[in-house]
Amino acid sequence: MSNIVGIEHDRVTNTVSTDFPGYSIEANNEFDIEEFKKKFQINISYITERTANFDLIGIDTSIANAFRRIMIAEVPSVAAEHVYVFNNTSVIQDEVLAHRIGLIPLKVDPDTLTWVDQTVDEKDRFTDDNTIVLSLDVVCTKNPNAVPGDNRAENLYRNSNVYAKDLKFEPQGRQTETFEKNPVVPCDPNILLAKLRPGQEISLRVHCILGIGSDHAKFSPVSTASYRLLPVIDILKPIAGSDALEFQKCFPSGVIDIKENGEAFVKDARKDTVSREVLRHEKFNGKVKLGRQRDHFIFNVESTGAMPPEEIFFKSVRVLRNKAEYLRNCPIGNLN
Amino acid sequence: MSKRKSSHSHMTDTNNKNSKSSATDDGFGELLQPVYKGKTLTDPINTADDKWNLLPAFLKIKGLVKQHLDSFDYFVDTDLKKIIKANEKVLSDVDPEFYLKYLDIRVGYKSNGNPKNIEVLLPPHECRLRDLTYSAPIYVDVEYTRGRKIIIHRDLEIGRMPIMLRSNKCILSGRNENEMAYLNECPLDPGGYFIVNGTEKVILVQEQLSKNRIIVEADEKKGIVQASVTSSTHERKSKTYVVTKNGKIYLKHNSVSEEVPIVIVLKAASIVSDLEIIQLICGNDSVYQDLFAVNFEEAAQLGVYSQKDALEYIGRKVKTIRRMNAPKLTILQEGIEAIATTLIAHITVEDLDFREKAIYIAMMTRRVVMAMHNPKLVDDRDYVGNKRLELAGQLMSLLFEDLFKKFNNDFKANLDKILKKPSRASEFDALLHINIHSNNVTTGLNRAISTGNWSLKRFKMERAGVTHVLSRLSYISALGMMTRISSQFEKSRKVSGPRALQPSQFGMLCTSDTPEGEACGLVKNLALMTHITTDDEEVPIRKLCYMLGAEDISIADSATLHTNGTFGVYLNGTMIATTRFPIQFVAKFRHLRRTGKVSAFVSIYTNVHQSAVHIAADGGRICRPLIIVEEGESRVKAEHLLKLKQGAWGFDDFLINGLVEYLDVNEENDSLIALYEKDIIKATTHLEIETFTVLGAVAGLIPYPHHNQSPRNTYQCAMGKQAIGAIAYNQFRRIDTLLYLMCYPQQPMVKSKTIELIQYDKLPAGQNATVAVMSYSGYDIEDALVLNKASIDRGYGRCQMLRKNTCVLKRYPNHSKDIVTGMRVNEKGEPIFQHSALGPDGLGEVGMRIQSGQVYVNKCVPTNASEGVVGGQPGINQQQQYREAPMVYRAPEASYVDQVMMSVSDNDQALIKVLLRQTRRPELGDKFSSRHGQKGVCGIIVQQEDMPFNDQGICPDIIMNPHGFPSRMTVGKMLELVSGKAGVLDGSLQYGTCFGGSKLEDMSKILVDKGFNYSGKDMLYSGITGECLQAYIFFGPIYYQKLKHMVLDKMHARARGPRAVLTRQPTEGRSRDGGLRLGEMERDCVIAYGASQLLLERLMLSSDAFDVDVCNTCGLMGYNGWCPSCKSSENITKMTIPYAAKLLFQELISMNIAPRLKLSDVF
Repeated sequence: MSNIVGIEHDRVTNTVSTDFPGYSIEANNEFDIEEFKKKFQINISYITERTANFDLIGIDTSIANAFRRIMIAEVPSVAAEHVYVFNNTSVIQDEVLAHRIGLIPLKVDPDTLTWVDQTVDEKDRFTDDNTIVLSLDVVCTKNPNAVPGDNRAENLYRNSNVYAKDLKFEPQGRQTETFEKNPVVPCDPNILLAKLRPGQEISLRVHCILGIGSDHAKFSPVSTASYRLLPVIDILKPIAGSDALEFQKCFPSGVIDIKENGEAFVKDARKDTVSREVLRHEKFNGKVKLGRQRDHFIFNVESTGAMPPEEIFFKSVRVLRNKAEYLRNCPIGNLN
Repeated sequence: MSKRKSSHSHMTDTNNKNSKSSATDDGFGELLQPVYKGKTLTDPINTADDKWNLLPAFLKIKGLVKQHLDSFDYFVDTDLKKIIKANEKVLSDVDPEFYLKYLDIRVGYKSNGNPKNIEVLLPPHECRLRDLTYSAPIYVDVEYTRGRKIIIHRDLEIGRMPIMLRSNKCILSGRNENEMAYLNECPLDPGGYFIVNGTEKVILVQEQLSKNRIIVEADEKKGIVQASVTSSTHERKSKTYVVTKNGKIYLKHNSVSEEVPIVIVLKAASIVSDLEIIQLICGNDSVYQDLFAVNFEEAAQLGVYSQKDALEYIGRKVKTIRRMNAPKLTILQEGIEAIATTLIAHITVEDLDFREKAIYIAMMTRRVVMAMHNPKLVDDRDYVGNKRLELAGQLMSLLFEDLFKKFNNDFKANLDKILKKPSRASEFDALLHINIHSNNVTTGLNRAISTGNWSLKRFKMERAGVTHVLSRLSYISALGMMTRISSQFEKSRKVSGPRALQPSQFGMLCTSDTPEGEACGLVKNLALMTHITTDDEEVPIRKLCYMLGAEDISIADSATLHTNGTFGVYLNGTMIATTRFPIQFVAKFRHLRRTGKVSAFVSIYTNVHQSAVHIAADGGRICRPLIIVEEGESRVKAEHLLKLKQGAWGFDDFLINGLVEYLDVNEENDSLIALYEKDIIKATTHLEIETFTVLGAVAGLIPYPHHNQSPRNTYQCAMGKQAIGAIAYNQFRRIDTLLYLMCYPQQPMVKSKTIELIQYDKLPAGQNATVAVMSYSGYDIEDALVLNKASIDRGYGRCQMLRKNTCVLKRYPNHSKDIVTGMRVNEKGEPIFQHSALGPDGLGEVGMRIQSGQVYVNKCVPTNASEGVVGGQPGINQQQQYREAPMVYRAPEASYVDQVMMSVSDNDQALIKVLLRQTRRPELGDKFSSRHGQKGVCGIIVQQEDMPFNDQGICPDIIMNPHGFPSRMTVGKMLELVSGKAGVLDGSLQYGTCFGGSKLEDMSKILVDKGFNYSGKDMLYSGITGECLQAYIFFGPIYYQKLKHMVLDKMHARARGPRAVLTRQPTEGRSRDGGLRLGEMERDCVIAYGASQLLLERLMLSSDAFDVDVCNTCGLMGYNGWCPSCKSSENITKMTIPYAAKLLFQELISMNIAPRLKLSDVF
């Protein structure tokens, strides 16, 4: 069977891989690490501070999907978990404000913290090992130097907007040293938390701990991590002339180019968004076949900012390896 | 907006007060801005597309609740003065010299004050918070005699009038957004309601059959034709019938004991000659003459020939209800009295000239004769043109007149009492006695509005449920309530007619918005662009008719009345003139109306069947504006629309310049209205302004409603009112009994023009959820939804519930009073658990978490509140003893204190309101709905990584089961998804306006351009396996509303708990922690299965098992092994029976029935 997922106008075919042992008598399909090593390939398209785009080629869907799932749900990161409100006279309610603070991504290397032990008594639960304390103390006042005539709140008042950057890191115990070089700050300083007017103030402490995305989305280190399969465009019969131009228009720019003889050819199928527009046209019926390569995953990892995206991927590999390790050491795993 | 005051004639003034619409920034300004929605002034004007701009212009001056405001303004400014005029003098039976005369009446300002500065005690929001009534004083000017002198006294306060919010007597009228904010009011709040004792009360619009109009009906089974007219005057209300009986025609009236032959009635009304009778009724038509001729016989048989005979005949039949001291009348006088005042009371007889009334009765008879001849010539009761809407102003005016009369009667009785006394020390001043009762008017008005009971003895009117508490569940629910119309028909009657959708509702009443169930079709809603008329003066219109060449009926010859080609001119149902040129007459009249010489709300139309020209100037007709078309061309041209866009012209300018006019239902029926400009033909008289105005404000929220099955739109109208969202700009300042708020409401991706007009986009109730239409997990059957956990974590569907808890600190007659005490502490000095949320003042501290069992107001009540009322010495107050009576929080989930308010209520008692808040994230079982009547509960919450995702990595917030589509046929929802998706990709908001909106082709084009499939279906990957799904999934944003029904408020279970005192059975209902009933049907199942022990256990042992001692000798029950009736303990058997059975036996015994138990062994 081919490893091309068929894209038809009304359905997707051949979605399931069959290269596993016991599927057919002809092929053995047993996993062979050497062959995998030979076949497996990673191509990196680009890596920036917040996003990574890379291809995993020659890997089974289940593994690729496991990476994706782990990146979303199981790679730990740090987020605000407890908010102690001392004073909040703003219009925003304590719970809503706490929720907003919780969702702010923080620039903390999760490896610097240990897990909070929920079994420990509440008084001793939070230590300088596992908790980061942030504080927010803002009072809104009238701006004495306000420019007359300008009625924007920013001009009339001081601290009329409370931003994520107003959260101040309060190092506890040994944290003064450990976080000396890279103090805890929000990844995006300009997230609006609340709006204030003169006389209103907010004063609170935040305890940030380690957590995973499956517990709450705020602990997810990625805004999203996903993949798509590499598009494949097969031109079965030559398309030329005005048809070729029309054919070209059915795809995003750069996918199809036209040769000098007026014949269309696939220049870069990777750029295709697989909108299936071409399948709407009667005239291209039977001339083109769309597909996607089942073992070619184009990963896109968008970090929230706490960690570089590639590191999130590495961590997901580690988590998966640990899981496999755990399974291997399980009593059930040792049965044979 | 231009503020041109129109050069109206005096008739139009009352209705067009609104034209001076002030500089309120109500958001319409934005709609009329030079650049709006990407359109600038320089863009070419397309009359077909841009004429919709008339709609915001209309709403700017009219608003959505203008009918309420207009009606109240009319009542306060005009009707009050009329009432005063009608009841102007108070005379004394004792002192003939004495009189008191009301000169003027004003609400809210003194004679030297400025009508613009209304004296209200407090701003409306403070009234809401402090449980007070938002009212203004009613001042009267009186003239009366004191001794020999005549004294004029001004500004006498006779009571306080509740003020309708945003009416011209309200301090909010004409305020801009900043001033509104200063007064803690929401600028988007429509007003139109009252605040009485702190609750917002709406007087719903009442629908009824029109007054003073002839309605002809036929009962084909019984062969009866009847014409009836309900006469309504200030004094009385009565109904007169002209009915057929055995082919003869009679007149029937409540105060006439039996039916009177019609010929006798006419003879009594001074139409003596038989020839004139037949001329008046039948004209020259021989068919009618044959039908009617029988009636003469009966009169002749009864020996009635002259007017005197006839009057005496009627006089004998009249039921006389005389007041005690009225003089007794002769039979002839009774007859004259009956004709003059009782029959058809709305036509007044002057100087015993009965002719007008005779013609009226003759016309009724003619209509009966016509219907006898041609059964099709009957009227339709359900036709909207035969309906009148009664608004707050009319109801208030009835109430006020009643109270004012009572006030005057009381005053007079008081006067007489004092004047009777022969000697008085000082000179008598009537004013000293007027103030004593001044509370009657105030409390009467307040009570009627707060209870909704309108009981007016004068009209035998006893109506309950006239007012309703304004529903503040969402902005839409409040708005929907203001446009609601309730019908007078009984809900239990099984007639479909009044409930059916009437074709004449088009454009007047919303075709979708009606509740389901018993009130279906009886409760209606106004369409978007409607106006309800108020009364106009009749006299000038009558004069105008004569000037236009119509011949006065009082000088018309009876013989010519019904000649061919002669049309009667009827003003408010009464024939006032005839004309031989009806078309010309109507055209001229319309011309005068279009030039503003006649009020814009006077309607005129011809009825060919009746050969009649009807002019209606009465209040309560629904009408709507339409563009005038002349010579096959719309009168509204590009240049006019340009002026509108530039702001040089307002809606009134279109009216004055004769480009637009108001048509009521009857006149609409006489016009040919083109839906679109392209449909105009030569005969067209009018053009619709916008097609989507067939719907009302609530139905206007639905995107693409014209693609939905109609009941779905109706369902959405009901559900839109339950959606949680933003309520008003002042929502955080409000302390309502129950308030639901959404944390992050969004305006819909696919909106409609109505949404912009009613500013739903500023106070939305819902969020745009990315929806995948696919089946997933099996927890999505029966419309259940699958929610994404990460979306919920990030704030999707998060809402808050605020509940008010009120506590009054009472004062007792013995000078003791309730107090609030501080917290109690344990031995460590920490507050005890119950008091841990309290502050030192004994009130819950703002921000504290309150769990079940904790106290939030630590109230204490004096133990001896009833003692020492009389002999209490205030000087020596021994230590007052108090008993704790705290307000304890009891609920499964904890709350937080949001606000604490302390104030003083009306009667000087301290009022404490504590607002408790819960923040709720969506959970299993919470109810959601899209805007297409597709509701569903959350069936499962799924982790984000398990959710399907597309190429971009987007995963849905909601997965909806595709089985929701085929049977519901909500194509509008699919279009909403495609348009929404295109909007998201394009960065634009799309429109789903009814009969318009963004076109599917355009949307598909955007999708394709952005690299998506044209159909909105994407290839998705399974989140669980990571493989591609084999079907393409319909995937995109749909606006979802979270409805107020949440699991947390409904969940209930019980193992053991309270029992009812009387029966000892478990209590019923969640609020009483009741048991779950094993009902009859469940019982039947258990019986059928034969599980007798289960039955015994469920129905007795777990319910109300009771051990009784039964005496085998007498079969009665004893106690403690002793039978009191046998006086022995020999044959006593102990057994278990349900307590309810024991109770039954005892109740039977108490009725002298002895139920005797005969016990024997079963095995």
